[in-house]
Amino acid sequence: MSARTRELFGLLPVSLLVAAGFAAVLSTRTENVSDATLTYGAFFLGLCVVAHLFIRARLPDADPYMFPLAAGLAGIGLVLIYRIDAELAREQAQWFVVGLAFFCVTILLVDDHHVLERYRYTIAAASIGLLMMPRLPGIGAQVNGAFLAIKIGPIQFQPAEFAKLGIIVFLASYLRETGDILVRPRLRPLPYQRQLLLWGIPALLTLLGVAVLGLAPAGSVLLGVFLFSFAAVVRDRPSPKHFGPLLLVWGLAMLMLIVIRDLGSSLMFFGGFLGLLWVATARLSLIGVGATMFFGGSFYLSQNVSHVKERVDIWLDPFARNVVNDEGYQLAQSLFAQADGGLFGQGFGRALLELPGGGTILPAAHTDLIYAVLANEAGLFGAAGLIGLYLLFVYRGLRTALSAADGFSKLLATGLTGVLAIQVFVIVGGVTRVIPLTGVTLPFVSYGGSSIVANMVLLALLLIVSDHARSEARRRGGLV
Amino acid sequence: MNRQIVQLFGLITLLFAVLLFFTSRWTVFEASSLEDNQYNRRPLIEEQKIPRGLILASDARTVLARSRGHGRGENRIYTRTYPTRGLFAHPVGFSYIRNGRRGLESSRNDDLVGKEDEFASILSGLESRDQEGNDVVTTLDVRGTQAAVAGLAGRKGAVVAIEPKTGKVRVMVSLPEYDPNLIPSQIGQLNRDRTNQPLLNRTTQELYPPGSTFKVVTATAGLDSGAITPDTVIDGSSPKEISGVPLENAGGESFGPISITDALTNSVNTVWAQVGEKVGRDTLVEYMRRFGFYEDPQLDYPGAQMIPSGIINGKGTYVDDGFDAGRVAIGQGGLEGEIRAGPLQMAEVAAAVGNKGRLMKPHLTDRILRKDGRVKEVIEPDLQSVVMKPETADQLANMMSRVVEEGTGTVAALSGVRVAGKTGTAEVGANREFTQPWFICFAPVEDPRMAVAVTVERTTGQGGTVAAPIAKSVLEALLGGGAG
Repeated sequence: MSARTRELFGLLPVSLLVAAGFAAVLSTRTENVSDATLTYGAFFLGLCVVAHLFIRARLPDADPYMFPLAAGLAGIGLVLIYRIDAELAREQAQWFVVGLAFFCVTILLVDDHHVLERYRYTIAAASIGLLMMPRLPGIGAQVNGAFLAIKIGPIQFQPAEFAKLGIIVFLASYLRETGDILVRPRLRPLPYQRQLLLWGIPALLTLLGVAVLGLAPAGSVLLGVFLFSFAAVVRDRPSPKHFGPLLLVWGLAMLMLIVIRDLGSSLMFFGGFLGLLWVATARLSLIGVGATMFFGGSFYLSQNVSHVKERVDIWLDPFARNVVNDEGYQLAQSLFAQADGGLFGQGFGRALLELPGGGTILPAAHTDLIYAVLANEAGLFGAAGLIGLYLLFVYRGLRTALSAADGFSKLLATGLTGVLAIQVFVIVGGVTRVIPLTGVTLPFVSYGGSSIVANMVLLALLLIVSDHARSEARRRGGLV
Repeated sequence: MNRQIVQLFGLITLLFAVLLFFTSRWTVFEASSLEDNQYNRRPLIEEQKIPRGLILASDARTVLARSRGHGRGENRIYTRTYPTRGLFAHPVGFSYIRNGRRGLESSRNDDLVGKEDEFASILSGLESRDQEGNDVVTTLDVRGTQAAVAGLAGRKGAVVAIEPKTGKVRVMVSLPEYDPNLIPSQIGQLNRDRTNQPLLNRTTQELYPPGSTFKVVTATAGLDSGAITPDTVIDGSSPKEISGVPLENAGGESFGPISITDALTNSVNTVWAQVGEKVGRDTLVEYMRRFGFYEDPQLDYPGAQMIPSGIINGKGTYVDDGFDAGRVAIGQGGLEGEIRAGPLQMAEVAAAVGNKGRLMKPHLTDRILRKDGRVKEVIEPDLQSVVMKPETADQLANMMSRVVEEGTGTVAALSGVRVAGKTGTAEVGANREFTQPWFICFAPVEDPRMAVAVTVERTTGQGGTVAAPIAKSVLEALLGGGAG
């Protein structure tokens, strides 16, 4: 069976899932299941088949599982949003169509992803510009203290969703070129006096930090890891010429944390950056320096920027008397909604979302808390199913990276997959109180035009990389 | 590069596992504590959307509690109304979102809201049925309850009637009652009323000195352990020194040598005190435990609304040793231990004797019906304990029927039905200026169908004249035509 036929068959269960989901939601509204559900299912299947035919024509060798997986996630999202508000679901369906259009356009324009390398600095500059836009007077919109959205007339969009693609493309290209020469490991060990100096200084400084500054255990570990990682980087003779741009990205990412003031999106960017850095260089020291700088920066922000501090406080105790019905309401209700779901959930369309007197019990149910709605309606099993779909998607994405022949393709596929995975972790982790809750979207599932369009473009890029990798492999005589 | 990509996949898998771990923490492991969280309004909102089932009297027609819907569609909510007002207030209780739940509304809540186990709820989820409550048919008899309320005639007190063979509680009346319909507006006021304590269920939540009715327990211990027989003769002169302090018979009457049977008929304190000393503290406590003293009644009723009967010392703690066995044996006691019993407990004593020594678990629920009328569950008779040998029970039944035929309880005699009973009159109040009259009985003696306990709080008069007539009218109402 060819890859494309497998893809087509993969779409079948997805359409059934969507139809069944709509049927379940509708059956709780009206007594009889109307043919509307079949219409929804058929419509969805039709769109997916069109996209499939397009892939068949343009990317015949692309991975057969990623598109059905993404469609399945989008379908789950549509059902959940429909269940929350039918009008929002109609908009989301329209955005899905727009997303598919962008998907096709991307595939048409980017025949070979290597052309992106040529424009990498343009792409980087555009991405940074996009990220800065919410701070521009007039079009920037501050939501809950974070600068994540811009508003032009009636259209509001979240530039970070697109900027993440650009930054990954830039980093992949840049690290492909410089990853091997960023550091040059010494072939012979250092003389012992130099060794003593190299490791003695960070040890001394850490001790000083603990003794003089009176750091807490977590702070001491952070400082220690930072200093030793830094020493390890120094030992490996970093090349200043190649290191320059990297430091620039580093600084930009840290600045980002301060500029957009959102822990969640900063973590997403920084996580993607460190992941790529690791894959490109395999230097733990670089990751150590980066991660400690990020945690240090986050800690500083959580102490000094009021809305970040507030988020952290809520995360530590969402039921504190002074926040539970105020700033902590959203997280507390998220946990209550999950508890209400139990093992198997209340069933689609049966979870409590509205207060009897009017008003919603779950704030931002269709965006931030959509995972909580799923856990409420489909229980732990449903939530595990969703995480499983994401894990499969990540698996196929990284398989693509593994099978790709050149460094840029590997890094691009890894970066795109990784940033999606971290985004899932940031929002689901926020909803389940693993980390402070911040407002990023759940890829493909959450309501939001920017999110669905950007992620469809991400999918398109992954499929392009995959098509190249697999067709090359086939030419060489073995199918992946 | 490939090695790092595989490592990255491992890290992402790990992160996703953390997500699932936390999701299962909230959905499963800590779900019940989150549901109980005081800031979680979901359970309350959910529950008022469920039409609770009916609570019905034993005739399965008289509605004691029903739900009334307000609003429409998604916003439809239900509130409780109680058509019989205060008549069944104590056994039925109430259920309001703001005021909580009492009585059967609390102990049968899961049935009334139709709560099902996880598997059944999946099935009903597939059928997309809305959760609806089951109906609870109680064992409570309307006529018997009316007779008890009429008999108490506004006095504070309690009446309990139990079927000895099944443990069905046919009457549970505690006066003063309250109107459960008015709870939302009046609960504060009812709570503050310390003199009348209308929210207190006197049958299960209050203890009184049982007076001479406790001699039935003493007699059970004496006869069943072989310490005495119905014909044992004991000196019934008055006063008699018991535990170093003289004890008098009622009215100072002196009897001389008298048989155990006659001593029960005439409620001779000095004889029964000597029986108590002869039986001993350990045996007495052993038989009390068999009757259910020292533990909450095993009733389908909220634990918070029941307290154990037993021997309580001056500090208010339950004791099973060191008390004056002679005085406890006649339903009294001192600082080192005084016998206190609730009306339900004393009804269980009569019921155990009436059922050949076998005490059945009392229950207020007869059966649970689904909304379509199918029976979901029937509460079957369940043995609580074997208190005494059947022969002992027969001897006691004979002795107790003499009480009604020619002794202190003649007022309770019914024409055509032999009644076995025992009166009690405890003196209460700072200067013993009030009495706590009691009457416990069962009938018919040959084949007991009903056991009744009656007590009136802080009044004047004797058990035989105040409590026995109430018991009689309740028996008449419950035993129906044959009781004439």
